[in-house]
Amino acid sequence: MADYREIISAYKEVPGGIIEAYHAVQKEYSYIPEDAVVYAAQVFDMPKAKAYGVATFYSYLQVGPRGKNVIRICESAPCHIAGADKVVAALEKELGIKMGETTPDGKFTLEFAECVGQCQATPVITINSQPYGDVTADKVAAILAEYK
Amino acid sequence: MAEEMRIVLRNYGKVDPLNIDSYTQVGGYQALAKAKSMSQPDLIEEVKKSGLRGRGGAGFNTGMKWGFSYGVKADQKYVICNADEGEPGTYKDRIIMENDPQSVLEGMAICGYAIGANKGYIYCRGEYPYVVEILNKAIAQASEKGLLGDFNIEVRMGAGAYVCGEESALIESIEGHRGEPRFKPPFPPVIGLWGKPTIVNNVETFANIPAIVDKGADWYKGIGAAGYPGTKVMTLTGDIVNRTVIEVPTNTTIRQVLNDFGGGIAGGKKFKAVQIGGTSGGFIPESLLDTPIDFDSMSAIGATLGSGAFFVMDETRDIVDVIDRISKFFAHESCGKCTPCREGTQRMHEMLHRVKNGGAVAGDLDFMERLGTVMSKACLCGLGQAAPAPVLTTLKHFRNDYTAKFN
Repeated sequence: MADYREIISAYKEVPGGIIEAYHAVQKEYSYIPEDAVVYAAQVFDMPKAKAYGVATFYSYLQVGPRGKNVIRICESAPCHIAGADKVVAALEKELGIKMGETTPDGKFTLEFAECVGQCQATPVITINSQPYGDVTADKVAAILAEYK
Repeated sequence: MAEEMRIVLRNYGKVDPLNIDSYTQVGGYQALAKAKSMSQPDLIEEVKKSGLRGRGGAGFNTGMKWGFSYGVKADQKYVICNADEGEPGTYKDRIIMENDPQSVLEGMAICGYAIGANKGYIYCRGEYPYVVEILNKAIAQASEKGLLGDFNIEVRMGAGAYVCGEESALIESIEGHRGEPRFKPPFPPVIGLWGKPTIVNNVETFANIPAIVDKGADWYKGIGAAGYPGTKVMTLTGDIVNRTVIEVPTNTTIRQVLNDFGGGIAGGKKFKAVQIGGTSGGFIPESLLDTPIDFDSMSAIGATLGSGAFFVMDETRDIVDVIDRISKFFAHESCGKCTPCREGTQRMHEMLHRVKNGGAVAGDLDFMERLGTVMSKACLCGLGQAAPAPVLTTLKHFRNDYTAKFN
């Protein structure tokens, strides 16, 4: 795994590049380590509080550990009426964890998301940003099998 | 039977998004050449005359906006394409960028020439990493062929903040800050990104530009509704037979969208409501379905055209349940900068949750109406101002759904 210091330093000269740097770290780690936030504050020459404030403002960025595969379930209104709650129940059952939790083996994290822009096929989930549409409780096991 | 008209999606299915030659073969980049043969004021006047209004939701005259930036002397100006499509039920910008990215780049380059900017940013939402890849390839191809001239475009990725669709919050985000809206004035066309004059236009707005420059303002002005000419890309979701994307002239009625393109309500059920423009849009009952979708006609019925999302609910849907969910969305997405929005969205959600669960107390509905009215006037940006619209319009048109919850 590439060192977050190298990843962040590569964006030092990019104006306003801290968010791009966070994206790049998260792509590698699946989350942003707390130490990476402290390091980013140094590189972009801002108080730690500000670097932390930026990282935690955006729901797509996660400070602190989570699973290797991040499953996000859209709960916006179109997915809500299409039965997102049933998909949530099926995912929780299949993985043996609740929303917001990570499996003990560190493979999966379940998160709620707002609209992911695939509303032609509600309800929608994404796994590591890859969208899956028209998800039903029955399809959950097969989708997860790709990542196990 | 109403018919589609494809201006924005003119190349949909006809070009290979990853092969720029297929775009130039259908006349791509000729509009940019034509634009550059015109003087900047003439070009801006042409766009202004076409009547094109911003397709992101605010509906401001695009040419007029460009004129503000053109009129400011500055050593650097910027063009930003707002691709932070986050309104639930909306995916039109994704469809445009996935299928015809070059039209967006060409529209941005035309804007760059018009205002005197040599640097552009596309702020694409973080949920679309696959679109970012397409955009980067498209930019590389256009640059390699020298088609963009001295205009340089960079893609920046959003990170899941709905408020960043607001142009000044988007600018803050590109600058590497929390995406909190700025106090206005000054407006971005005068003081924007890094303090420089900046035009922020939506993906769909930019995709219209090459066609307008190519065929002329008079052609465009003659299409659709007089006050909001052209077409609108709509995304149909919810309890509708065809969950799909369409592009129609702006004088098409809501009923035509629902029946002629949407195929009516799914499962043979009856219509209850449609919410247009995204999750901040008003709810529209059966009695108003003959309203044209254009910006002004929608405003006149207390609704919005917004992003063009078209979210249909059938007779079995519990309106209060849907509104409760929507109010949770706004409580989550409020950036917290201004009090009416930070507190208002939370309190609104609390009250709705109470009503939904049968725990409402006398006066709750009146309180919600009062709070919503205050928010629509007092909030700093469009997020907070629009957040109460679903509540206020359903209290008006579907009040029985609320009172049915009182025990």
